[in-house]
Amino acid sequence: MENYFLDNDDILFQLEHLDLDRVITYREDNFKEADRYAYAPSDTADARDSYRKVLEIVGEISGETLAPLAAEIDEEGVVLENGEVRYAKGTKQVLDMFGKADLMGFCMPRKYGGLNFPTIMLTIAGEIVSRADASFLNFGLQQDIGETLNKFGSEQQKAEVLPKLTSGEWGSSMILTEPDAGSDLQAVNLRAHQDEHGNWYLSGVKRFITNGNGKVGLVLARSEDGQTGARGLSFFLYKRDEHMKIRRLEQKLGIHGSPTCELQFINAPATLVGERRRGLTKYTMWLMNSARLGIASQALGIAEAAYREADKYARERIQFGKTIRELPPVYEMLTEMRVGIEAGRTLLYETAIIVDLKEGLEHMKEKYPERAGEFNSDLKKYSRLANLLTPMVKAYTTELANKAAYDGIQIHGGPGYMKDFNAERHYRDARITNIYEGTTQLQVVAAIGGVTSGTASAALDEYDEEEYNYAPELLKKLRKTRIDYDKALIGVRESEDEDFVTFHSRRCVEMATDLVQGYLLLRDAKYSARKLRIAEIFIEKMQTRIHMNMHYILDGGSTFLKNFQDVLG
Amino acid sequence: MGLNLIVLVKQVPDTQNITGEAMKEDGTVNRAALPAIFNPEDLHALEAALTLKDSISGTTVHVITMGPPSAIQVLKESLYRGADTVALVSDRKFAGADTLATSYALKCAIEKIGAYDIVFCGRQAIDGDTAQVGPQTAEKLGINQITCVSSIEKVDPEKKIIIANRSIEGGFEQVQAPFPVLLTITDEGYHPRPPSVIKVMTYKNASAEMSDEQYDESYIDAGVERKTGQPISLWDIGAIGADPESCGLAGSPTKVKTIESVILKSGDIRMIENTDDAIAGMVHELIADHTLG
Repeated sequence: MENYFLDNDDILFQLEHLDLDRVITYREDNFKEADRYAYAPSDTADARDSYRKVLEIVGEISGETLAPLAAEIDEEGVVLENGEVRYAKGTKQVLDMFGKADLMGFCMPRKYGGLNFPTIMLTIAGEIVSRADASFLNFGLQQDIGETLNKFGSEQQKAEVLPKLTSGEWGSSMILTEPDAGSDLQAVNLRAHQDEHGNWYLSGVKRFITNGNGKVGLVLARSEDGQTGARGLSFFLYKRDEHMKIRRLEQKLGIHGSPTCELQFINAPATLVGERRRGLTKYTMWLMNSARLGIASQALGIAEAAYREADKYARERIQFGKTIRELPPVYEMLTEMRVGIEAGRTLLYETAIIVDLKEGLEHMKEKYPERAGEFNSDLKKYSRLANLLTPMVKAYTTELANKAAYDGIQIHGGPGYMKDFNAERHYRDARITNIYEGTTQLQVVAAIGGVTSGTASAALDEYDEEEYNYAPELLKKLRKTRIDYDKALIGVRESEDEDFVTFHSRRCVEMATDLVQGYLLLRDAKYSARKLRIAEIFIEKMQTRIHMNMHYILDGGSTFLKNFQDVLG
Repeated sequence: MGLNLIVLVKQVPDTQNITGEAMKEDGTVNRAALPAIFNPEDLHALEAALTLKDSISGTTVHVITMGPPSAIQVLKESLYRGADTVALVSDRKFAGADTLATSYALKCAIEKIGAYDIVFCGRQAIDGDTAQVGPQTAEKLGINQITCVSSIEKVDPEKKIIIANRSIEGGFEQVQAPFPVLLTITDEGYHPRPPSVIKVMTYKNASAEMSDEQYDESYIDAGVERKTGQPISLWDIGAIGADPESCGLAGSPTKVKTIESVILKSGDIRMIENTDDAIAGMVHELIADHTLG
């Protein structure tokens, strides 16, 4: 029996050591639902036990059913027939299984039929599913849409839609992008207007909409006539009817199992979600952050799959009288993949827990306003951290997935270029991850504020205060590297030159990411000698990278900024 | 109008994933080396019953297994997939039962449930591979049986009839039978559903450790009381009103005399010419040494 949860030692390791008590306590509001729902946990141990059992089932469906279908799903793709999307047979089969297994309401409240699991568990589940088939996006997407609606929708909207999402009866999509509004969502132009009774209608075109055939969608639209920019945008819940047409499906490089739709709304009735004018600034941003974490776990799943395929091939392929796994260039690539994946996983899970703490505190504050004082300072801290780490981890893992898939083919050599192996599919599937839900370049824009403002430094200070007496030398290296990082940051801050800051922002964000991961790996090393080896390899390579970047930043990159226009013409 | 369905299931050693230690030196099964699983065709039988339950409202699915206390795991698996009630038929007096004694005990358990419309069994278990328990149970209940069912074509709850597709050599045949009827199900027509994670969380603590002394309890609680109002029934020999003389070793005429480990080896290959004469010669030779005929 293939089980993508039970066969992954690193996920099991992380799950064993993750500090989930606070996350669970907030999520379960001190286990108030234990008396109302037979499946609600009665304490943290009960919750952890349930998490594990559910992940086992996700792992089994992924390993036993979805993974063997992935190549077929990729080959068959999706088809637009008479205005309706037809999924590949395998996608349909697994969607049906997810519905029957009650997995589609993973994070949604129990009163709507959900499991009320925290983000960290969704993150783990998302990785497991994506390792089997990165195009199986319906599961993760459903949680993002469901959670957004649960947080900001009216009682009526929630009661109508959420039970259908948790049962898997309805699919869902986030409908944001337009032909002229991709990275720049402020330019969204799809119009929302009201009739004399106050009912809303949507008109216009949306493009690149994943799962746009879903029964419900959350639509970003311009509700304020004549008002340009973000303040003119509101958020709408749209339920599929004859007033929306799927005009075409995109022919894509990868994730063939997932339909990417162009939608035309013609006076399509919709209802407002939350307040007017907050469509982009509040609701879309929240949804995007949640989706970014989802993409990070998708990317990690692809990286894991690419690594495993490459490792398997390298163990079997004999050249020069030995397995190619014994050849230095090959084992270096494999080790880099493995270290990168574990560094990505520790950062991803840390981020998910911080997001859970932030959400939990927000929820508690809302529910118990009289206790706000108790939650405020932590809430502020975790909000800042979540805003920093989410784009950081999205950037890191999606670039990692591309590199891992690239090296995966490289290790296979010629055969990896052929369809006979999964390596080329991983390569194609990985390529979208650092583009959608915001390109890596946009993640840098989202994260750089937290780096220059000191949020990252404060986090690093806090990590540094933990006990690392089992690895004094490594701690010393980390601290030395931190000095390089601080020097570079001072250089950037003191430049007071916007172009200069922008030019170096990716380097700054990557340095901060490196350091955070260094500390997290060192923390993991407390429990395992193997993790200590991983930390050693990672920190040694990372300190040289940071040292190099520091010099480049302090030198100013002035030649580049002075000359690039002449070069590009 | 809902139906009353009963599914008979069995916990078996996983003989499909045999490792080197699967057999002991004396030729018996090394149960410790083989994980215990839900007999695969029984899972298809359960799926067939649950599919009917999905389509006919008010239908109830009862699952019965006979086995040691550890067999409670297949009952939990049944609850995870949507069974309404489950019962473990367990007693030391059932030990050593062959198919005759087993079908007798199951017949008693089915009668304890009372009125029923359809009994579902897997066609055969992967440990004994006899395919006898289903048919024998039907005989003892004195009801119709349709064996080797690949799928159910139609069920009419009003007229109380079923039309089922039977797998036969080279094709299938459709058979109609009135209720009550026992079906043995193959692994062709149904894809067993995954467990519902909500039910897993609900029933995960439903296994109670049982010692031999506790065998006589009429049922065990499915974990914490608030977790479920649905106990897993535990029926001993008294509870199902079975005659001890017909149960276990006492009721089993089948005795294992010896067990032999047979290893098939290929012999010499002889090439013959592809002519009518040569082939006829070979056929004669095979008839002469009784390989054929």
